[in-house]
Amino acid sequence: MSIVFMIVQQTMFFAIPLLIVALGGMFTERGGVTNIALDGTMIMGAFTSIMFISKMGDTMSGQSLLILAIFVAAVTGGVFSLLLAFSAVNMKSDQVIGGTALNMFAPAFAVYAARMMQDSGVQQVEFINSFRISKVPILGDIPILGRMFFTNCYITTLLGIIILIISIVVLYKTRFGLRLRSCGEHPHAADSVGINVYKMRYAGVVISGILGGIGGLVFIVPTSTNFNATVAGYGFLALAVMIFGQWKPIRIALAALFFGLMKTLAAAYSVIPFLADLSITSDFYQMIPFIATLIVLAFSSKKSQAPAAVATPYDKGSR
Amino acid sequence: MKDKARRILTGDGFNNAASSIIAILIGLLFGFIILLITNPANAIEGLKTILMGGFSGGAKGVGQVLYFATPLVMTGLSVGFAFKTGLFNIGAAGQFIMGAATALYVGVNWTFLPAPLHWIVAIIMAALVGALWGFIPGLLKAYCNVHEVIATIMMNYIGMYLSNFMVKNYFFDSRKSISMDVAKSAEIPKGGLGEFFSSTTGTFHEVSTVNIGIIIAIVIAIIMYIILNKTTLGYELKACGHNPDASKYAGINEKKNIVLAMTIAGALAGIGGALLYLSGSAGKHMSILEELATEGFNGIPVALLGLSNPIGVIFAAIFISYLTQGGSYLQMLNYMPEVINIIIACIIYFSAFALIFRRFIPALLKKRQEKKSTQGGEQQ
Repeated sequence: MSIVFMIVQQTMFFAIPLLIVALGGMFTERGGVTNIALDGTMIMGAFTSIMFISKMGDTMSGQSLLILAIFVAAVTGGVFSLLLAFSAVNMKSDQVIGGTALNMFAPAFAVYAARMMQDSGVQQVEFINSFRISKVPILGDIPILGRMFFTNCYITTLLGIIILIISIVVLYKTRFGLRLRSCGEHPHAADSVGINVYKMRYAGVVISGILGGIGGLVFIVPTSTNFNATVAGYGFLALAVMIFGQWKPIRIALAALFFGLMKTLAAAYSVIPFLADLSITSDFYQMIPFIATLIVLAFSSKKSQAPAAVATPYDKGSR
Repeated sequence: MKDKARRILTGDGFNNAASSIIAILIGLLFGFIILLITNPANAIEGLKTILMGGFSGGAKGVGQVLYFATPLVMTGLSVGFAFKTGLFNIGAAGQFIMGAATALYVGVNWTFLPAPLHWIVAIIMAALVGALWGFIPGLLKAYCNVHEVIATIMMNYIGMYLSNFMVKNYFFDSRKSISMDVAKSAEIPKGGLGEFFSSTTGTFHEVSTVNIGIIIAIVIAIIMYIILNKTTLGYELKACGHNPDASKYAGINEKKNIVLAMTIAGALAGIGGALLYLSGSAGKHMSILEELATEGFNGIPVALLGLSNPIGVIFAAIFISYLTQGGSYLQMLNYMPEVINIIIACIIYFSAFALIFRRFIPALLKKRQEKKSTQGGEQQ
């Protein structure tokens, strides 16, 4: 039974960052800009916030440090995504190329800066994890759910759920969300009623940057004690989750849970008696999330309804 | 005379080339700024080292530039070929590493093959596996509408883990934690190039690891140029890239062409893997790190700088390799070689700024021309 609890907890640790980053991708693509650089944004956000935690680890600890670090990650991600926004909206250049450039920049920068900033000159940034909540006071005592969700948890899980709820409200219940969606479907029509498409697209990209940065931190904190300039392809998995979720928040959440579960099975197969007996090497387990993604996408993309004007630079003068 | 100058300056070819060059200059400038920020004392030395590139290592250095340019030519061709047909092949890294792993497998284990046959078969097998790695995303894109960027990225990671598995189980040198040396019969012959690009310092006679792989790569590039520009197949592929609906209307089977284009792109990247790894004990070996092959991703700036033209790709590959070799010498000045990746990333970023160069220069010239004609009118 404790294995089930462990699987659920691990799934949360893998699914929540996927959810946050995929929601970010959803915002930008709904606005019409493809953000391939989510992986790079995660790396940048994780790097600055983990470096922050590492340097401040002597003076602060606990949840307050984590909250500050989340803020640092969000700001980093937002600023980093401005590069993509400038390239895609102002320069009207190919969004995939701009995103790929940023994806190459981020790990190189993270390694370079880590080596320069750390006295030991290593590229890994170590940090002390003082954020794990072993048991939430009252909620942790609930018979089964308590052990599943309220022990050995992080506030980042709650943050992810809050972000999900806010995303649903903003996208579907606010004026901003409506205008953003219109810019992604038919920017010329939106422009004709006076919506500033450039500003909307900027907003979409910056939101994805903020969420991407937070996602990077949320990915690293529960799963390791150091950051090595990589997020194991999570940014790209998040894009796949977004496509699988058909750019809708609830479906994205379900897709994120699915992939989180796949990743958990890949990482924890050795403690599950049934799987450990099959003696398949760890390499194949690592491949499972990606193979599962491909299969799922193969079946679900036929009727894929991407926002109609995504990845096309918006040019006021064109017809 | 002025007319001719204006025609050149507004022509597409010049604008594209100018935008590539300007992107390179901005990238280098940005790199210089980073060098300045981190270690101002050595910054100028550092910039000089980067600009000197491969020459910093003497004749052997030049040979090394060519050796490492070989895979870049192939991955650049892979990405560029896909670009021309309207597809974005980010999967070059996965296709490359699977081709390399296959070539190593054949090179280490199929020792029953005699000398020239051995490495030729290794390259062919690598091409086939690379083609498979491109075929799958191509098929998914053509028939299941899966975005090729996501599909190829997934294949990258699957390829990375699978190649690690192959290294660990089929040709692992556990002492050094890398792949074993390939059999002598599987090494691509040097053809005298090694001695040509060698340098003697004191009693050390260092021979470059370059081999006729670079010649093979250049020949393949020329073949791709001919296919793209002089054959019906190439024409159909380019038409599908420009306008899939119009091509379908004209009777071209655009689904088949997407699959074919991705398969060819995969084969090219796979050959690149073979050409790099089928070298002697001093050449590159495969490690089991969980890193995606940078040679695959560096194919993107190569293709962009070379404007997806196979001949341009050759020069762009040599240039990027030149920069990367310069970067490895940066460590002597206490800089991290990662700054080269930053520079290359900047170059890609700025080379995508199509608009400035395509519209700015002709618009500027047009303004001057209009000014002149109105002035001429007033004078009358």
